[in-house]
Amino acid sequence: MAKLIELRPPLSDQKIKSLKAGDIVSLSGTIVTARDKAYARALDLLRSGKKLPIDLRNGVVYHCGPLVRKTPRGPKIVSAGPTTSARLNSTQVEFVKRTGVKALVGKGGVSEDAARELARLGCVYLTFTGGAGVLAAQAIEKVEKVFWQNLGATEALWVLNVKNFKPLVVAIDTQGNNLYLHRKI
Amino acid sequence: MLTKSELQKTAVEMLSRAATTLPKDVVQALKLCKTNETNKIARLQLDTMLRNLELAKKLRSPICQDTGIPLFFVKLGSELKLNFDLSRALADAVREATQKIPLRANVADPLSRANTGTNVGEGQPIVHVELVRGKGLQIDLVIKGAGAENWSRLFMLKPTAEEEAIKRAVLLTIEEAAGQPCPPTIVGVGIGGSADVACLLSKKALLRPLNMKNPDKKLARMEFELKNAANELGIGPMGLGGRTTVLGVRIAKAACHTASLPLAINFQCWAARRASARLVGNKLKVEAP
Repeated sequence: MAKLIELRPPLSDQKIKSLKAGDIVSLSGTIVTARDKAYARALDLLRSGKKLPIDLRNGVVYHCGPLVRKTPRGPKIVSAGPTTSARLNSTQVEFVKRTGVKALVGKGGVSEDAARELARLGCVYLTFTGGAGVLAAQAIEKVEKVFWQNLGATEALWVLNVKNFKPLVVAIDTQGNNLYLHRKI
Repeated sequence: MLTKSELQKTAVEMLSRAATTLPKDVVQALKLCKTNETNKIARLQLDTMLRNLELAKKLRSPICQDTGIPLFFVKLGSELKLNFDLSRALADAVREATQKIPLRANVADPLSRANTGTNVGEGQPIVHVELVRGKGLQIDLVIKGAGAENWSRLFMLKPTAEEEAIKRAVLLTIEEAAGQPCPPTIVGVGIGGSADVACLLSKKALLRPLNMKNPDKKLARMEFELKNAANELGIGPMGLGGRTTVLGVRIAKAACHTASLPLAINFQCWAARRASARLVGNKLKVEAP
């Protein structure tokens, strides 16, 4: 198995460009969940010149709608695997351009066109195994904040502190390599 | 006589078991796939799936955050007397399980997209009742996430289409879905009936365990051939390449109009969650699948 590469946001261009499709990554630090409704709201705000409640520049966005248990000590994330990134295809490139996100974590990849544009923008696509929700939740050390709860717990922006979130696979790198397109048996 | 509270309790147990553990046949199939893979990334995906299953079982946490929508297939003996509303008991079980396990609130209005917060809503949970002879009762539950369900397809083929055309449509659908429905998937195929029946058959077909052969010899052969052909596509676990694209193909058929040939395809993700319960005497017992 390839060496485990440690990633800690904020991410530098240099670090992102050094990642190659097939590399295995362990992620530690702050990541933010966003999916369908959060993408739509974020773009509405950014297009009209407003700011997001959290700066995503050089950050990591996780395509995930977590399963959350309410506890007296606050929300506890029980299961948090990735969701299908392709649902966000139509706005993915604009989202990355406007937010300055440097890494996306999801499953299934993005469209071929979006992959090309992401590479040009210097944004890498990492994937975590779909359905492995409990392992992903175990990597969450702390829920730092949650924004846009009125979208519902699944669609809200969860700001998570993760430790050794792994194994993530670099599926689409910034040199144009794409594991989804060039599959090896 | 079976009471509403007993049925509700059993249905909550079924939901809990299905959400947090996988049937033995599915776990076995995943383990076998791992030994067959030579691609390192494919092995890593399968290994992560298997480790996640162990942890989910230990912590009694839902395997996947998409706890899906439950589908209940009920075989109801026409001579069985129930003094309560079966659909309502199942709906109450879903409401209770959503709080207790917990399950993610996934049920929303199709137009306003407002989430009901309870996994119960207009027409939800989905309950298919089939009347059978006698006094028995069997409930089969399948949990379906959206990642797999979104790749469902219905083809109305020409009635003169041959087996090859059917297989081609199934394989094209698997190829198009690629890594999106969380492979290795179980592919349900419904042939014949009518548009709606073919879709229903494609889902019902998912109930048959992976280690149980199709009793229809022709269908069993088609399942075998389709499975091998699908695994030659190279899609692999999570679409990242490899030998295991499907864990199995399950086909069910029904007679249809002489002028039509409906074909429906339904995917179940590798987290193929299901549970069953059967009336034994006066007790509804959950059967470990």
